[in-house]
Amino acid sequence: MSGSHEHHAEHAHGHDAGHGTMRDYAMGFILSVILTAIPFWLVMSGALADRSLTALVITGFAAVQIVVHMIFFLHMNGKAEGGWNLMALLFTLVLVVIVLAGTLWVMYHLNHNMMPMTQAMGDMQ
Amino acid sequence: MTAQHEPVANAGGSAALTTRYYDLHEHDHPEGGSTMLGFWIYLMSDCLIFAMLFAAFGVLGGNYAAGPGPKDLFDLPLVAVNTSMLLFSSITYGFAMLAMQRGQVRQTQAWLVVTALFGAAFLGIELYEFGHLIHEGATPQRSAFLSAFFTLVGTHGLHVTFGLVWLTVLLVQVGRHGLIAANQRRLMCLSLFWHFLDVVWIGVFTFVYLMGMLR
Repeated sequence: MSGSHEHHAEHAHGHDAGHGTMRDYAMGFILSVILTAIPFWLVMSGALADRSLTALVITGFAAVQIVVHMIFFLHMNGKAEGGWNLMALLFTLVLVVIVLAGTLWVMYHLNHNMMPMTQAMGDMQ
Repeated sequence: MTAQHEPVANAGGSAALTTRYYDLHEHDHPEGGSTMLGFWIYLMSDCLIFAMLFAAFGVLGGNYAAGPGPKDLFDLPLVAVNTSMLLFSSITYGFAMLAMQRGQVRQTQAWLVVTALFGAAFLGIELYEFGHLIHEGATPQRSAFLSAFFTLVGTHGLHVTFGLVWLTVLLVQVGRHGLIAANQRRLMCLSLFWHFLDVVWIGVFTFVYLMGMLR
């Protein structure tokens, strides 16, 4: 019986979705500054000798910072707009991963297999 | 809206009469009720555009055609300043939204102006960088790397430009009509747009500038 009342409450969604608080913005800003400064410092100082390791680490920082922006600045959560915001985002993320990974994978192999010079040089070694 | 009495036996009569309501017809949606979700879906489609441009840059980013590469061209301290401009503009837009929630028109306008100034500084630095590159002969026509670079970073810059135009229009709107519901909705859409551009920029400075220096 209480179920029907909850159903009504659900329909009373206003425009509060997407509002942040001072705490949200301050937290987001501080985290962003840290997550931006560290990758810049890593690359500019060359603190990590291994370049591919540096690349991996700054990719990790970028991923974390994107999540931080999503939560604290774009106020993403599972409740806004009845969860459709998050669904749209997840769907887009799936597409983005397919596009990026697929493109880079295919084109890398294309480059690898379509360069007779590098192939020949590789064979000579 | 139709009300139906639930066939519940209230034999005692003392129990409160429970009534159930069923929505047989779609109820009225308030004006702009679906705007935020619609705008979010637009942003997601914009996200796909940027994903394509990132993919193109990822494939072509190493094809210098014997021309200048990232190490010859990029100035990381300048990029760091640029990044901080965009980050500052994000937090000041957040302050504008907080002022809007409190219903303070003057403060909202003031923070929007500060945001616009940071946004303009970002664009100014980017245009200076582009001008510098082109002056050095690193034009979009020089190599596939530079074509992909100018397309990706230029598209982002174009978005910021339109964001600035939109922000200016909203400043006028808020000045004329105050923080009415429609203006609040518009400011919230621009908030999403502005923060979204900052998210894209994270990808740009990481994968274009920082990774470029590591190549």
